[in-house]
Amino acid sequence: MSILVDTSTRLMVQGITGRDGSFHTRAMLEYGTRVVAGVSPGKGGERVFDVPVFNSAYEAVKHTGANTSVIFVPAAFAADALWEASFSGVHTVVCITEGIPVQDMIKIYHHYRSKGIRLIGPNCPGVISPELAKVGILPASIFKKGRVGVISRSGTLTYEVVYHITKIGLGESTCIGIGGDQIVGTSFVDLLELFKQDPETEAVVLIGEIGGRDEEEAGEYIVSNFNKPVVAFIAGMTAPKGKRMGHAGAIITGGEGTAREKADYLRKLGIPVAETPGEVARILKGIIQGRGQ
Amino acid sequence: MNIQEYSSREILAQFGIPVKPFILARTPLEAYEAALRLRFPVVLKAQVLVGGRGKAGGIKLATNPEEVRHYASQILGLEIKGIRVKKIIVSEAVDIRNEYYISITLDRSKKSPIVIFSNFGGVDIEETARTNPCAVMKYPVDPMLGLMPFRAREFAFSVISEPKKAVAVANLLWKMYNAFVGVSANLVEINPLAEDSEGNFWAADAKIIIDDNALDVRPELEKYRDVEEENPNELRAKSGGLSYVKLEGDIGCAVNGAGLAMATADMIKHFGGSPANFLDVGGSSDPKKMKLALQIITGDPDVKVILVNIFGGITRCDDIAIGLKSAIDELKPKQPLVVRLKGTREEEARKILEPCGIKIFEDMEEAIKEAVSKSRETR
Repeated sequence: MSILVDTSTRLMVQGITGRDGSFHTRAMLEYGTRVVAGVSPGKGGERVFDVPVFNSAYEAVKHTGANTSVIFVPAAFAADALWEASFSGVHTVVCITEGIPVQDMIKIYHHYRSKGIRLIGPNCPGVISPELAKVGILPASIFKKGRVGVISRSGTLTYEVVYHITKIGLGESTCIGIGGDQIVGTSFVDLLELFKQDPETEAVVLIGEIGGRDEEEAGEYIVSNFNKPVVAFIAGMTAPKGKRMGHAGAIITGGEGTAREKADYLRKLGIPVAETPGEVARILKGIIQGRGQ
Repeated sequence: MNIQEYSSREILAQFGIPVKPFILARTPLEAYEAALRLRFPVVLKAQVLVGGRGKAGGIKLATNPEEVRHYASQILGLEIKGIRVKKIIVSEAVDIRNEYYISITLDRSKKSPIVIFSNFGGVDIEETARTNPCAVMKYPVDPMLGLMPFRAREFAFSVISEPKKAVAVANLLWKMYNAFVGVSANLVEINPLAEDSEGNFWAADAKIIIDDNALDVRPELEKYRDVEEENPNELRAKSGGLSYVKLEGDIGCAVNGAGLAMATADMIKHFGGSPANFLDVGGSSDPKKMKLALQIITGDPDVKVILVNIFGGITRCDDIAIGLKSAIDELKPKQPLVVRLKGTREEEARKILEPCGIKIFEDMEEAIKEAVSKSRETR
C-alpha cells in the first residue's frame, strides 16, 4: 500500500500542452501512471502523447473519470487553475507551479479544506508511490519500493535523502514534496495522519527547513499520536535572519522559525534529527534493524 | 520584499491613512530646503531597511532649519547595521499623547491574515510579546471574507474603551486591510500609531513587506523595490533566475535547489568550514545559469574554494557539466574547484569534465569535506 497516489489514480494534467507539462506527462506515462486527460483551454480535441486534451477541467473529468489533477500552469494563471480543479470533481490536486501569491493561496487553502479536496503544494515536486504511480516531477530512477514514508518541504534535498535511503537498502512507500511556499495545502501533520493508517509504511522521514512552525507542530503530533519511528532533517542552520533562502516560505521572521530551534525542539521530544542527508538513512536503518531483532 | 518607510508611507496615504507631510532628501542641503516647506518641529529619519534606527542615531527631532542641516549631515553617511544611510525623510512631527502598535500580517499556522494590536507602541512588538505577552492582542481575519468593517469595529471596541477613539481606530484598521490586499502585502505595520493631543491618529512610522510571489504576477509592485540597498550580487543573481544570499565564510557554493543549497551550507559548517554564500541555480539545466553562478562566486573576494553540488533529477548532469566547462574556460578561476555531480546522466558529465582535470565526487559528504580541507590549506 501507499498513500495519495497508486494504481487507482486517474490523472488529469492541467497545462499539458506547455513545455513542462508535456515533458513531465511523458515521464509520468513512462513510469506507468495512468494519465487519462489533459487540459489546455482552446486546445480541446488535440492529443499529447495520445492523451486527449480538453478545454476545461470539468469536461476532462466528465469524459475520462479523472480523479486526480496535477497543475503545470504558469504562476499568473495557476490560482485560476486551482479554483477550476476544485470544481471539476477530482479528489486530489497536486500543484507544481511556483509563485502563486499568498493572498490567493489563503482563500484556495480554506476552500479546498471546506470541500474536502486534498491539495499538495504549490511549489512542490509532487508525489510518488514507487512502482505504482508518479504525479509530478520527481526523478523516478532514485526511488525503490519499500517501507519508508518521506515528507519534505524541498525538492532536490528530498532526492538527496531518498538516494541514501534507497542505497542503504530500505526503499520508500510514498514520497511527498509538500512545497516550499508560506502556505501549502497539506502539512506534515496531515500526512503523518495518512502514514499512520498505512500498514506498509514502517517509518517516516521528515525533511523540514527554516520558516513557520510546521516542524514543531509535527513533533507535537508525533509525540501524542503517532505510532511509528520518525527521523528528521532540518535545512537552514546557517541561514541568516530575514533573508529568503530560495523558497518563499524559507525565511526566519521575528526570530521565529530557525533551523536550530526546530531541531532542538524535535530532539527534546525524543525525535532523532540527522546532521546530514546520509545520516538520515543510517539512523533509519539502525531503528528498523533494532525493531526487527 | 521589504520596502522603505517612505514607500510604505506613500502607500498608506493612498489608502486614506493619515500620514504627516514628509519629503525625501539625499543631502543636508536638500533636507534644509525640505524643512523650509514643512511645519516645525520636524523629525529626520534614516531610510534603511533594518531595525534599530533610533538607537543607532538615525532618528532626530529638529526645531529649526539649521538643526535640520546639522542632523542631516550627521545621519547621512551613518552606518546602521552595516548599511550606509544614503537618504533620509524630513517629516512634520506628531505631537504624541499616546502610542499604539497595530499591524496586519499573515498567520502561517492558521493560514489567514491576523490583526495584532498593543497599547505599548513605539517599541519592538517581539520584545513586548516576550516581556508582556498579555499586552499583545490578536484577532484573526476571516480568510474568505477578508476584514469586514463591522469586524474591525468589533475588534477596536474590544481593545479601546473610549467609543470615539475605537471608531477612529476601526476605520483606520479597515483602511490598513485595504492596503494589505491592495499591494499584496505579507505585513502592514504602523508602529507607533500616534494619537495627538486633539485625539487624531497618525501613522508615525510604517513598515510594509510585499509578497515576493505577488511580484511575479503583479510586476507594477517592483517600483517599490529599493535597488540601492540590495546587494548587487543578489540583484544580479535574481535577474538571471538564480537565488543568492551572501554569507560570511570562504567556501563559495553553487547548488541546484533551495533545500539542497541550504543543506550544503549547513554541512560545510558541520564539517568545520564556513560557507561564503547560499546559491540556488534553480531547477533548469540552462548552461547560462551555471556560468552566471560561477561569475558571481569568483567575483566575491572572500571565496577561497568553489564547491559545485548538483543532484540531477530533472536537471541533467551533462548540461551542468557543459555550462561548468564553458564557465571555467572563460573565467579561469584561481580558486580550487570541488565538483560533486550525482544523478541523471552523471557518466556523460564525467566524460566532459574529467579530461579537464576535474575530479568528480559522487558523495556529497566527501565533496564537502574536500572543500573544507582545501579552504584550510589556503588560509
